[in-house]
Amino acid sequence: MSEKVLKTAFWTAGIILILAGAWAWYDRWANSDQHTNYTSLVPWGLWVAVYIYFIGLSAGAFLVSSLVYVFQIKRFESIGRLALFTAVVTLLMALLSISADLGHTFRAWHVLVYPNFTSPMAWMIWLYTAYFILVVLELWFVLRHDLVVGAKAQGARATLYRILVFGSKDESEATDASDRQIVRILATIGVPLAIMFHGGVGSLFGAISSRPGWHGGLFPILFLVSALASGGALLVVASAVFQDGLRKHRETVLALGTLVLGLLLLDVLFQVSEALVGFYGNEPDKIENLKLIYSGPYWGVFWFWQIGVGTLIPLALLALPSRKDARMVAVASALIAVGFLAVRLNIVIPGLASEQVKGISAAFNSDRVTTDYVPSAMEWLFSAGIVGIGLVLFGIGEWFLPKHHDSSSEEVSNVNA
Amino acid sequence: MTPDLDNADETIVQTPRAVDRREMLDRLVKLGAASLAVALACGSSLAPIARAAAAGATSQKYRYGMVVDTKRCVGCKSCMVACKAENKTPPGVSYTVVVENGFGERPGDRPLFLTKPCFHCQEPACTKVCPVGATYKRKQDGIVVIDYDRCIGCRYCIVACPYQARYFDFGENYPATSDKTAYAGIPSPEYGQFRTREDGQSPIGNVRKCTFCLHLQDSEGKYDKAAGRWPACAKTCTGKAIHFGDFNDPQSEVSLLLAARQPVRLKEELGTEPNVYYLL
Ligand code: SF4
Repeated sequence: MSEKVLKTAFWTAGIILILAGAWAWYDRWANSDQHTNYTSLVPWGLWVAVYIYFIGLSAGAFLVSSLVYVFQIKRFESIGRLALFTAVVTLLMALLSISADLGHTFRAWHVLVYPNFTSPMAWMIWLYTAYFILVVLELWFVLRHDLVVGAKAQGARATLYRILVFGSKDESEATDASDRQIVRILATIGVPLAIMFHGGVGSLFGAISSRPGWHGGLFPILFLVSALASGGALLVVASAVFQDGLRKHRETVLALGTLVLGLLLLDVLFQVSEALVGFYGNEPDKIENLKLIYSGPYWGVFWFWQIGVGTLIPLALLALPSRKDARMVAVASALIAVGFLAVRLNIVIPGLASEQVKGISAAFNSDRVTTDYVPSAMEWLFSAGIVGIGLVLFGIGEWFLPKHHDSSSEEVSNVNA
Repeated sequence: MTPDLDNADETIVQTPRAVDRREMLDRLVKLGAASLAVALACGSSLAPIARAAAAGATSQKYRYGMVVDTKRCVGCKSCMVACKAENKTPPGVSYTVVVENGFGERPGDRPLFLTKPCFHCQEPACTKVCPVGATYKRKQDGIVVIDYDRCIGCRYCIVACPYQARYFDFGENYPATSDKTAYAGIPSPEYGQFRTREDGQSPIGNVRKCTFCLHLQDSEGKYDKAAGRWPACAKTCTGKAIHFGDFNDPQSEVSLLLAARQPVRLKEELGTEPNVYYLL
């Protein structure tokens, strides 16, 4: 029953968000960047934050899936497929966000033909591509056997399955075993690839010495930790919604909760270290950045959204006895998944929103030459539309993709054991 | 170092003191670039500058740059206007800006104005990060340019530039040019490409920046001040604060000024080696 309510809410939210986003999509392509609020001083805004947020969710979900497909940890088996599927969907959502952000979206292929090897962004795009291909392939091999079996039935779904397996009817044990072997190999390659990819996104920021809020070796690591924490949390939510996970996979959900707790604490440790060392060092630009985060115009995003919603409440829920209640773990996870968007916003925007040359915004009277940046309605709606598309993709996936069934997972573990 | 405006003449190259320096430099040049570098390096604060001079001299035909005498700048912002008129930049894009007290608050009530074009650094932070190599430092003269047709508009170069010398073209227009008025048909001479503003077409959606008005160079890559083929800001400067020229030519006005006065550059600690120097 409650599952049904959740699902209805899910589809409704998805469709409303897509409709809301549709206007913004139209506006973005019709009027290029005119109705965005980012400036030449804060050249990246909400869309870049949303991009790294979804990339993080994807990398985090994928790395959790590796617990199943590389490290063969039985406890997490029931969420393996879901984790891979989540990794694909969030990766697509990230792509949508960044495609809107580029001034000339349809030139993105230039990165392949005019590569600049000293650019962290170029590396990020290549790694994105490689990672995308790998995750899709891995998911296909994970599902192949079930798709072939399902293709024997009648109806639209079976037709779709036949297309997806290119008409193959091979259900043999041997092929199944070789599929698993391939999955394991792909997943193993995927672990360093996902780390390089998301760590690479971190170094895209961390390598920029002119931005003291970002510059440093901790940044790529920080990105990875927050990716794992938020990706793990999102999986708990997805499992609750799509697998009836709170009842059927209670143990898995609780175990994930503990994992997320550990990662969240590690994330807090890093953040505290950044702040303490930064303040002690007393370097003006670094201090300015920290003050912008903690007490600047965006202080609410930090204290309420990141610290309150995304950190303290979930920490309490996951550490206190409520950690044994799957519902509470799901609530904490939902809060983390939502709260980490603030983590991303607090990286991108205060990192940019200070004058690099003192007095520049006063020198030139233009709202494109200012450090004041608040995303415009169009930017928010565009991002909302992306969330809507993500929800609908999840819904479609849940409708037509073969589910994890416990008997086959037993087999999987037996074969691999 | 006297704050007296009457002595501002000193900054013009043709003062007796500067001529002495010129003779000295002449002799030094004959001893070769290495000894020049060593001699300059003797003043320890000049060491990085000498290094840049030596590096530029070997790899480029010209090393264009500026020496800005802040004592002569009155803060009229004519350079910004001249740049707009020359390059036809849209609202929100200004290849040069004049900031007040860019070195921090000063004692007394006299402000220090800083006219700030792109510094065309020897080690640009922006070109390194461009994913498609659309922005690069020209081999022949060190001018940092953008290939509008290659740029994907990711704005990473704006993020990386420590001097905020880059601007994104959001596609906005001044009222006078917005509704296809006659003014809107006037192309920008930038890069000698003579583009007009069309929806969705470059340079809209690109990053834009100062080019030292390279469209005014002759086929040899030379500028000519007397003929008016000179960067618009330097040509217009009412206080004659902006000196432009080739640092590879030891006789150029900018080279002589560098030798005669104590120059500073912004954010030396980042290793960007700007080609625009300030005299305080
Ligand atoms: S905005 Fe254009 S020039 Fe700048 S880094 Fe991106 S592609 Fe290169």
